[in-house]
Amino acid sequence: MRKRKAALEQLMRMVFLLCGIVSVAFVLLISVYLIIAGLPAIREIGLWKFLFGTKWAPTFSEPAYGILPFILTSIYGTAGAALLGVPLGVLTAVFLAKAAPPRAASLLHTAVELLAGIPSVVYGLVGMILLVPAIQRLFGLSSGACLLAAILVLAVMILPSIVSVSENALRAVPEEYEQASLALGATGTETWFRVSLPAAKSGVAASIVLGLGRAIGEAMAIIMVSGNVANMPGLFRSVRFLTTAVASEMSYAAVGSLQRQALFSIGLVLFLFIMLLNAFLNLVIKKGGGRR
Amino acid sequence: MKKILAVLLAAALAASALCACAAKGKSGTVSTNGSTSMEKVIGALQEQFMSDNPGVKVTYDATGSGTGIEAVMNGTCDIGLASRKLKDTETGLTATTIALDGIAIIVNADNSLGDISLDQIASAFTGETKNWKDLGGDDLEISCIGRESGSGTRDGFESITGTADKCVLAQELTSTGAVIEAVKNSKNAIGYASLSAAQGQAGIKILTVGGVECSEATVLDGTYAIQRPFNLVTKDGGKLSDAAQAFFDFATSKAAAALITNAGAVPTAK
Repeated sequence: MRKRKAALEQLMRMVFLLCGIVSVAFVLLISVYLIIAGLPAIREIGLWKFLFGTKWAPTFSEPAYGILPFILTSIYGTAGAALLGVPLGVLTAVFLAKAAPPRAASLLHTAVELLAGIPSVVYGLVGMILLVPAIQRLFGLSSGACLLAAILVLAVMILPSIVSVSENALRAVPEEYEQASLALGATGTETWFRVSLPAAKSGVAASIVLGLGRAIGEAMAIIMVSGNVANMPGLFRSVRFLTTAVASEMSYAAVGSLQRQALFSIGLVLFLFIMLLNAFLNLVIKKGGGRR
Repeated sequence: MKKILAVLLAAALAASALCACAAKGKSGTVSTNGSTSMEKVIGALQEQFMSDNPGVKVTYDATGSGTGIEAVMNGTCDIGLASRKLKDTETGLTATTIALDGIAIIVNADNSLGDISLDQIASAFTGETKNWKDLGGDDLEISCIGRESGSGTRDGFESITGTADKCVLAQELTSTGAVIEAVKNSKNAIGYASLSAAQGQAGIKILTVGGVECSEATVLDGTYAIQRPFNLVTKDGGKLSDAAQAFFDFATSKAAAALITNAGAVPTAK
């Protein structure tokens, strides 16, 4: 009996190991493939010209393959989304974790979770049909599909990850801290901003980085609202992100052409961006953990 | 009842035998190469032809009209596909038109303009003309909506209007449906889409170009300007293999017309 148990234990251990290896293998496979597929075009175009060229025109008679507009758009778009989404998200989290009466908190919590479950194509569709015409009318533009529309959509999309992770961090703050602050005569608001939030700093920072990761990797929703012209970014200009650059031309780029290879290179650049963000996230979490 | 069935069966057998004769031997490969715009049309024909002739394999390389024509010249494919007329320098070849593709110029239903000329289209899309009132419409900025680079519709539109590499677009969308939706949502917009996709859509208006309405009839008689032929290109004097000849005959036959219409083009077979 004991022997059988031990054998089963051994077997399960192998299964776990196998699962672990499979997930790592996927990551390795994708990384290696992206590097192999992405490098030839960069080599042919030249790294400097590729990264810092301001003109993307792969099918012109004199093709140009500069992706600076895409890189800047991705950075501006993500930063803009963070600028709007972070205060909104963090304050919502404070309300949920500290201020809200339990019933309101649970209702709001469900709503935020629902927001996380909405598919990105639905965000895009709503943005395309409601937001884009609204921006066009509000600002008197000839076309409402622009960076601003994409930023607004992204800001809403990153809310759920910011709210739920920040909320958990805030709830984990030891009650004694807050009680001590209140006992010293601080008001509730003072306590939340001066004691709770600083104590939950690393968790809140992690939630922000998670949100940024979602924003920079999003393609479907913003391809429908951003206009997709390879302009240098401007708030009211039609722009193209790193993600949408790949998505919009992949289906038609001829197999084996430099255009197609360059799309893989854009994928590689995007991959590096996300790796950097993840490394940053790990750093933030580790640093916060060390202090506790 | 059984008798009728038997007669029907016999008839079907006879018909299939006839078909088999046409394809002679029913085996071999037909290689086609060329225009990416013809993908849907050739795809539909290919599928039907291969299910009618199980022994024959039809291949299609979407490389572009120029490459397709070159491939026929060099003999590396049986039938070249070109979504344009042959140039004067491309000699020794015959182009057989199987279908025409009309590209409709669409604006918002509330746009007061009804007609536009080819030159006006070009000047709007290259950014020379920035306001609808300069074209005889309302005082509104023009916002041009196009397709992504590599799209066959874009290629066709730009080559006919002479705006290749020069378009200044407000939006670059990845499907015909998205272009129509964007035009529907903006009074400023002008865009282009395949005739079959634009027809009968609410919220948009198809402009007449140089006074000619965009319809299957005007595309077919050649009066509507923004159109291009879908050609099968073959070598003069060269003899097609039996399988290739069978596919050629099928593509130019009346039987293929319905398939071509379904694929969004105007068939020319009479």
